[in-house]
Amino acid sequence: MTGLRYTKDHEYVRVDGDIAVIGITDYAQAQLGDIVFIELPAAGKQIAKGQELAVVESVKAASEVYAPVSGEVFEINAELGTAPAIVNEDPMGKGWFVKLRMAEPAELALLMDQRAYESLVQGC
Amino acid sequence: MSDPATLVELCKTPLDALHRRRGARMTPFAGYDMPLHYASGIVAEHLHTREKAGLFDVSHLGQAILAGDGAAHLLETLAPADIEELAPETTRYTQFLDDDGNILDDLMVTRLPGREERLFLVVNAATKAWDFALLKAGFPKLGLDVLQDRAFLALQGPHAAAVLAAVLPGVADMPFMGWRMCDHEGCSLFVSRSGYTGEDGFEISLPAPIAPSFAERLLAHPDVAPIGLGARDTLRLEAGLCLYGHDIDRTTNPIEAGLLWSIGKRRRQQGGFPGFERIRAAIDGGPSRLRVGLLPEAKTPVREGATLFSKDGTIVGRVTSGGFSPSLARPIAMGYVERGFLEPGSLLATEVRGKPMEMRVTRLPFVPHRFFRG
Repeated sequence: MTGLRYTKDHEYVRVDGDIAVIGITDYAQAQLGDIVFIELPAAGKQIAKGQELAVVESVKAASEVYAPVSGEVFEINAELGTAPAIVNEDPMGKGWFVKLRMAEPAELALLMDQRAYESLVQGC
Repeated sequence: MSDPATLVELCKTPLDALHRRRGARMTPFAGYDMPLHYASGIVAEHLHTREKAGLFDVSHLGQAILAGDGAAHLLETLAPADIEELAPETTRYTQFLDDDGNILDDLMVTRLPGREERLFLVVNAATKAWDFALLKAGFPKLGLDVLQDRAFLALQGPHAAAVLAAVLPGVADMPFMGWRMCDHEGCSLFVSRSGYTGEDGFEISLPAPIAPSFAERLLAHPDVAPIGLGARDTLRLEAGLCLYGHDIDRTTNPIEAGLLWSIGKRRRQQGGFPGFERIRAAIDGGPSRLRVGLLPEAKTPVREGATLFSKDGTIVGRVTSGGFSPSLARPIAMGYVERGFLEPGSLLATEVRGKPMEMRVTRLPFVPHRFFRG
């Protein structure tokens, strides 16, 4: 399975083999406003689908980001440590949060595809 | 939705259409639908205000005129500022206190010119109904005219005086905390040189019908941007200014809040306001705790409600406002800390989402005030 998948909580998963690149959508960053700090997990951490993966601090408030799929943290986006605003500028590209090595790729089937997510956002 | 704000009809300010036209993200605040920020976002709006000038819609605030012989004397029975000796056309900050000397609300008082004794009051939105009921019940012989048909704007920042003077000639010469009535297109504007950002600036009360066109006229200046409540909060936090319901409330008194400066010398000696004995004891003996600045050592913002601990794990304070400082590009906070732990530079422990963090006690404000000093 390749391409982009989404959660109803506005996380995205970009699938590359057994690696899931996870971040928050453009809609999510716009809702949060200026992002000033992101707490990321340590590489090597095992995270189950639905568990807290990261915390995004905007000027206004802290918001949790949950793991859309289960797996082991393979890489974190270290750039976000010094420049969290990258998430505002390019959430789907340079603003990725975490790469997970997926434990259960079948979980991807439970996520929304592009079309389903777009209709969710339009309804917001 | 469980948000109670969605269950009641929100009030709209006279600038509601302007906010929406300019792409504001609206948020419920104190029963009003208010702009949280516009398209550029809180950080850009904050920095714009510090560099040039920002226009804030604060029409949710309560405005009233208390009139009649002895109005100043009577108001002094509720608030500790020196109001009797307040000169005409000057504004002063004070608080309504309860019998324990704790803060029921904070407000601005201006003595209006003219033969009749009249005080213009500006109070917080969330507390205004209560405040006005208190004044009506307490002072049946005075007149209380609640100005529901007036909008309230703030123009703040180093370019504010030049921008406003182009529309209202002469205002650039007004002293800090000065007040004047300005005629504008046949309407009376109340202009004070005051604000809630730490910058030079003005607060303008004006009839609701002309507020949108007046606001658009100010916004037509290239140095002026509309600013939402989000940046209003970050600006006042950097300036070390209290937000009612957070840094000051019915559990805090003005001495521990660091507001002794707002209590007149005569009032400190003579009293005559609620909770005087407790306030005098706090002045004489020093308060048991004090509102201070707090700098998180890490990059994580430490927000309102965080408990502060000494090195041995004793609770010694709590954070009452906390967030991110756009000017300093780092988290900042303020809160109450017990005597003995107030030394600037000392470290206190706290937790954010279960993780231990440290905060360093510091002096307020975080960003120096730049009020107009002539």
